[in-house]
Amino acid sequence: MSKDRSDIDYSSLPDAQGRFGQYGGKFVSETLMAALAELEELYSRLSADPAFQRELDEDLAHYVGRPSPLYEAKRWSDQIGGARIFLKREDLNHTGAHKVNNTVGQALLAKYMGKPRVIAETGAGQHGVASATIAARLGLECQVYMGEEDIKRQALNVYRMRLLGADVIPVTSGSKTLKDAMNEAMRDWVTNVDSTYYIIGTAAGPHPYPKLVRDFQSIIGREARAQSLAQTGKLPDALVACVGGGSNAIGLFHPFLEDESVAMYGVEAGGLGVATGEHAAPLTMGTPGVLHGNRTYLMQDEDGQILHTHSISAGLDYPGVGPEHSWLKDIGRVDYVDADDAEALRAFHTLTEVEGIMPALESSHALAYAEKLAASMDKDQMIIVNLSGRGDKDIHTVAQLDGIEI
Amino acid sequence: MSRIADRFKQLKEQGRKALIPYFVAGDPCADIAVPLMHGLVEAGADIIEVGVAFSDPMAEGPVIQLAHERALANGISLRKTLEVVRQFRENDQDTPVLLMGYANPVEHMGYDVFADAAASAGVDALLTVDIPPEEVDAVNVELNRVGIDNIFLIAPNTPENRIDTIVEQASGFIYYVSLKGVTGAGNLDTEEVSRRAQLIRSHTNLPLAVGFGIKDADSAKAVAVVADGVVVGSALVNVMAAAIESGGSPEAAIVAAKSLLGDIRAGIDSLS
Repeated sequence: MSKDRSDIDYSSLPDAQGRFGQYGGKFVSETLMAALAELEELYSRLSADPAFQRELDEDLAHYVGRPSPLYEAKRWSDQIGGARIFLKREDLNHTGAHKVNNTVGQALLAKYMGKPRVIAETGAGQHGVASATIAARLGLECQVYMGEEDIKRQALNVYRMRLLGADVIPVTSGSKTLKDAMNEAMRDWVTNVDSTYYIIGTAAGPHPYPKLVRDFQSIIGREARAQSLAQTGKLPDALVACVGGGSNAIGLFHPFLEDESVAMYGVEAGGLGVATGEHAAPLTMGTPGVLHGNRTYLMQDEDGQILHTHSISAGLDYPGVGPEHSWLKDIGRVDYVDADDAEALRAFHTLTEVEGIMPALESSHALAYAEKLAASMDKDQMIIVNLSGRGDKDIHTVAQLDGIEI
Repeated sequence: MSRIADRFKQLKEQGRKALIPYFVAGDPCADIAVPLMHGLVEAGADIIEVGVAFSDPMAEGPVIQLAHERALANGISLRKTLEVVRQFRENDQDTPVLLMGYANPVEHMGYDVFADAAASAGVDALLTVDIPPEEVDAVNVELNRVGIDNIFLIAPNTPENRIDTIVEQASGFIYYVSLKGVTGAGNLDTEEVSRRAQLIRSHTNLPLAVGFGIKDADSAKAVAVVADGVVVGSALVNVMAAAIESGGSPEAAIVAAKSLLGDIRAGIDSLS
């Protein structure tokens, strides 16, 4: 580990301009600037308010079901024959993924702001479901933007959202996936900014979203750190999490950033292989640019147009990434790697068969890399993998890929 | 004095308001841009706003989103858009040209490279929808170096204490967005526009143009009462796209654009 990071105060970022080094910021049209300022002011007040924290903690304990277990996958670890692998079971949260940690927090902000309506973008549908869920509970009107392509691959989640009373609006522009859903949600927000709170699902977008989403998701890493110490008496040697926009990864990583002995791996979607261009790995293959309100690594062509992406998992199918990840890459604190579609699919089957846990295809990317990493490590070493969601939503996709009709 | 400042000064002396048409370079078909721009000038355009196509035009309504998609499908790029301006300048040295687009293509080219290329092509101003004053320093250093104006948006919900922050960074003119929403929306409130125009004028002497939601002679006339200029975008993009979709030639699209713009010109001029 390099020593030159010893004076970094990770909790001081983003700075007042919403920057992590050169990344982040507020690149939005003027109509949204007042709304972002209002959100920033409210969040900075509430995050220091014990009453707000208490309300959030209550929701996380009794509605979400936290803390989520840190489970040692002994049989799988034995098969691999390397490091011990522990799974942070975010799949056991209410609604089946880490997304709800953030929607519970942001919905509370909407409530404190007195906004009667929430909107969200969604890729795999997990964030849409988590938003629709909390909107149902708080009696808020909810509209979820979802790319037409994703609606096809995630029919189950679309129906779940509708059952929860949300309006799922198909997005037909551009590539008809997550990035276009985010464009459409931004357009809605610009139009209805007085009545509407925009629940961004990942640690990206304009400041203060990357910060507040990270803060809400950091419960994952805080619990994992305490559980690791309690269950094994030490910190893990490595953390592994999948990275689309990067909210589950930053949630796991952030509370460990100062622990230089803990290596970190963010696993991007390698798609058909990063060399083919058919992937969603901006940190591995992209360059910095500006999209969706922040400066960050992007997949873009030589003219600065955003490239289309491919991943087996709708939740990772995004050409950008949260700005804090871009900064963590540049300073070398986190290694960003990739796992391709085939590796993720294999890991999906392996975990299901060996541990009786069916992971989301997004999380399967992290599992695929963890398997390789564990094999290269010693038996007295330990890895925590963020099992960010459960795989029920992906059964149709998996069956189709395996050539099975159900 | 820049071409834009010059143009507003002339218009003021004549007691007229600026008519600012918008289209996306590369739309509705390839190679239409240069003759279209000359046609727009003939039909009464005072300043031309050239949209720079982007894959993710977040501030646009459906009409202009489609224009961006068509333009990209026709092979347009920022470099080719600058080439359009250069060719237009071969036969028109007077009409100011404003580029309107999004941060990423400009950032990807490099602000310094863009500034040199734009200045040498004959571009007079840049409006990047998603670069607010808080993020503009690096851009403005380069634009100032080559004498290109930076146009900023002011929105209906911009707090009064922000207006000073914006006008400090702005030059050329101020672009007031007449509604909360995307381009081409239909809920123009002229009384509100009038109130906001007065407020903005109390903070700056820069000319004030109003856009978003102006679609015909009547709406343009109503806005021109309180503004120094009106921007017409979606309506123009729409008539050109319709001409092509109904099987018309590029020339037919230009004729349709000139006809709409001529009507709007007459509406605005009936004020004076």
